[in-house]
Amino acid sequence: MTSEGSTRLAAFDEMLPEVSGLRRPYEAYDRWLKEQDPARLTQKMQDAERVFRKTGITFAVYGEQEASERLIPFDIVPRILSGQEWRRLTQGIEQRVQALNAFLDDIYHRQEILRAGRVPKDLIARNEAFLPEMIGVRPPAGVYTHIIGVDIVRISENEFYVLEDNARTPSGVSYMLENRETMMQLFPELFQKIKVRPVENYPQLLRQSLAAVRPQSAKGTPTIAVLTPGSYNSAYFEHAFLADQMGVQLVEGQDLRVVDGHVAMRTTEGYKQIDVLYRRVDDNFLDPLTFRPDSALGVPGIMDVYRAGNITIANAPGTGIADDKAIYSYMPEIVEFYTGRKAILGNIPTWRCSEPDSLKYVLEHIGELVIKEVHGSGGYGMLVGPAATKKECEAFAKKLQAKPSNYIAQPTLALSTCPILTEKGLSPRHVDLRPYVLVSDRIQIVPGGLTRVALKEGSLVVNSSQGGGTKDTWVLDD
Amino acid sequence: MLLGRTANGLYWMNRYIERAENMARLVDAGLRMALTRTQDASEEWNSVLLSAGSDIAFSQKYQDYTAANVSDFLLRDTSNPSSTMSSIETARNNARMVRTALTRETWESINEAWMSLKRMLARPVDERDLPTVLDAIKRETALIRGSFYGTMLRNEIFDFSQLGTYVERADNTARILDVKYYVLLPSLSWVGSTLDNYQWESILRSVSAHRSYRWVYEADYKPTNIADYLILNVRMPRSLTFCYRFLGEHLKFLADDYGERHACHATAEKIQAMLRKGSIKDIFDHGLHEFLHEFIRDNTRLGDEIAQDYRFY
Repeated sequence: MTSEGSTRLAAFDEMLPEVSGLRRPYEAYDRWLKEQDPARLTQKMQDAERVFRKTGITFAVYGEQEASERLIPFDIVPRILSGQEWRRLTQGIEQRVQALNAFLDDIYHRQEILRAGRVPKDLIARNEAFLPEMIGVRPPAGVYTHIIGVDIVRISENEFYVLEDNARTPSGVSYMLENRETMMQLFPELFQKIKVRPVENYPQLLRQSLAAVRPQSAKGTPTIAVLTPGSYNSAYFEHAFLADQMGVQLVEGQDLRVVDGHVAMRTTEGYKQIDVLYRRVDDNFLDPLTFRPDSALGVPGIMDVYRAGNITIANAPGTGIADDKAIYSYMPEIVEFYTGRKAILGNIPTWRCSEPDSLKYVLEHIGELVIKEVHGSGGYGMLVGPAATKKECEAFAKKLQAKPSNYIAQPTLALSTCPILTEKGLSPRHVDLRPYVLVSDRIQIVPGGLTRVALKEGSLVVNSSQGGGTKDTWVLDD
Repeated sequence: MLLGRTANGLYWMNRYIERAENMARLVDAGLRMALTRTQDASEEWNSVLLSAGSDIAFSQKYQDYTAANVSDFLLRDTSNPSSTMSSIETARNNARMVRTALTRETWESINEAWMSLKRMLARPVDERDLPTVLDAIKRETALIRGSFYGTMLRNEIFDFSQLGTYVERADNTARILDVKYYVLLPSLSWVGSTLDNYQWESILRSVSAHRSYRWVYEADYKPTNIADYLILNVRMPRSLTFCYRFLGEHLKFLADDYGERHACHATAEKIQAMLRKGSIKDIFDHGLHEFLHEFIRDNTRLGDEIAQDYRFY
């Protein structure tokens, strides 16, 4: 892996690599594409935008003056993976997800991995994502992280790496579903020609998966609800969408209270018990009696109910310790420690700036690296060295020196590209992939995921909050 | 099972859709009066504002009661919480909050109404374009109602929505009558002058009933008939009796579904009984203004009781 010190990296194109020509998973699509009238495709692109705007699939962007609603741009060229590529990926993801849950169970109980010296004690004890309130608590069915969105990048035909393990509250799955829905509306004939594995049953799988991890105290069919911070949250559309598709209630903190040792929601007929809460509210806001006292988004006393085993919270409080960027660099050791095998999916080499030698290296090579805040997310507060000006690099170096432990650095990878449709025809853009994983008594991975694409030519930042778009992701049934 | 907060959102979503449309009707009636009257129309605009419950807020912002000022304030001013634009915005925010309770068609019709009115009301409306804009508002709300009636399951979600619609509508009709009650009093209008005729037509126009009136009553406007039509007629979709027929029905559905009656049921029945037993003559004998005053108060109380009984908050 080399970094070129420029944003124009020689990237592997998943459709048409320069070296080998059109790749097999794209053959059928390419044949279809060549038969299409370009004007019709442009029209379809506009249709897609109208569909999204009409259905109100919008995304609020933090930090903008008005609480504006924006569309995440959608590109109509699918990102295609062969069945074989997918099988390999899923093996790696399953192994990783198993390790994440085993790690969480261990870290909140015996802490054997710390005793074995494979992960430094300091990293846990002084980490804000570690919740002492969870020590000794075993969640229903022993599952900590129920819904995971593993961010994967590709740099060549056979090299896939995990960029981040989103083990807290990964978002974007509604886009995976709506993107497919939109593609099927726009190009029904394509799906007759090419066998694409379905993703539509994700909400049913999610519901079954949540029901399977209900607390033992739940009698009969468990009552499930989705907890949202409210309609002004940037991901509100997704919260409503999932609740709707699962046929469960979408609740806010103001609807909930603890009644007779259970969490209950206020209905038109009085309070009704909830057994499983799929929460899309951060740990800090979950229970004002335990965490942030000023939070109105959570439920006072829910942690007591949880500790008494009377509710399942998905994902469990405290799972953030597993996808912390400082922990990330230890994932190869963590996977090996709990599964007894080498990690099938590799990590991107990471310099921990808390270590003096690494810090020195990072400062010397700041123009070549991607530097991220350990606790940041959504592409905020990061530096992409090759794309930054000298001034920006210098400013960032100062922040870095002031608090080195707050940062990690990674080489600037030549993320694979996939073409998007522009006014001038197909043009390659960098992509990543977020498959969604459900954990209950089994691990299920929906064949597909969210492909995020950097719409700006040469840009490596795919986050929707930073102007990225999305694509439908196809796993071929071959 | 329905969350109290969702019932609240459905109720207010529908009150505001109704309100958005009523504002357009009021402006429509005002415009017509201003066109047909040779003298100063400011008095007429003042009663439009009174009917809209926006007279005080208006006077804090404007001095002149002109068509341009009043229609701007009632249609597009977002500092006026009852303007069409504010109402449609509030309706959409509520719809967004209760989205999981709505069919896709219903949500999309509200979202599209919001998008199209936002575009249309982005800039002050030229007086020549007002009729087009008013038609567009009525059309958008009609589309919402159409997709709502056409696709929604008849369950508690439907019931709470209808309660919002009819509480708002009854309030609106009663206010229109109350602002103009004096032109309906027999002592003043024994012989209808031309002016009275305009006034009477304006009342009917503001509830879009100036044509249907003739289908029910004789061709000439008579104040007692107008009051009868808007208060007691069972078939006129904006009359008080009509509104209470449906309020009673939906409250009964809820009581049957949940197996429980509340204070709001008693209140609605009391109002229904009052509407059923009286003739228009009794109402005039009792005092039209007093009657309307009590009605508006009781109707408001019903709304509060529904919110409390069904745990909206």
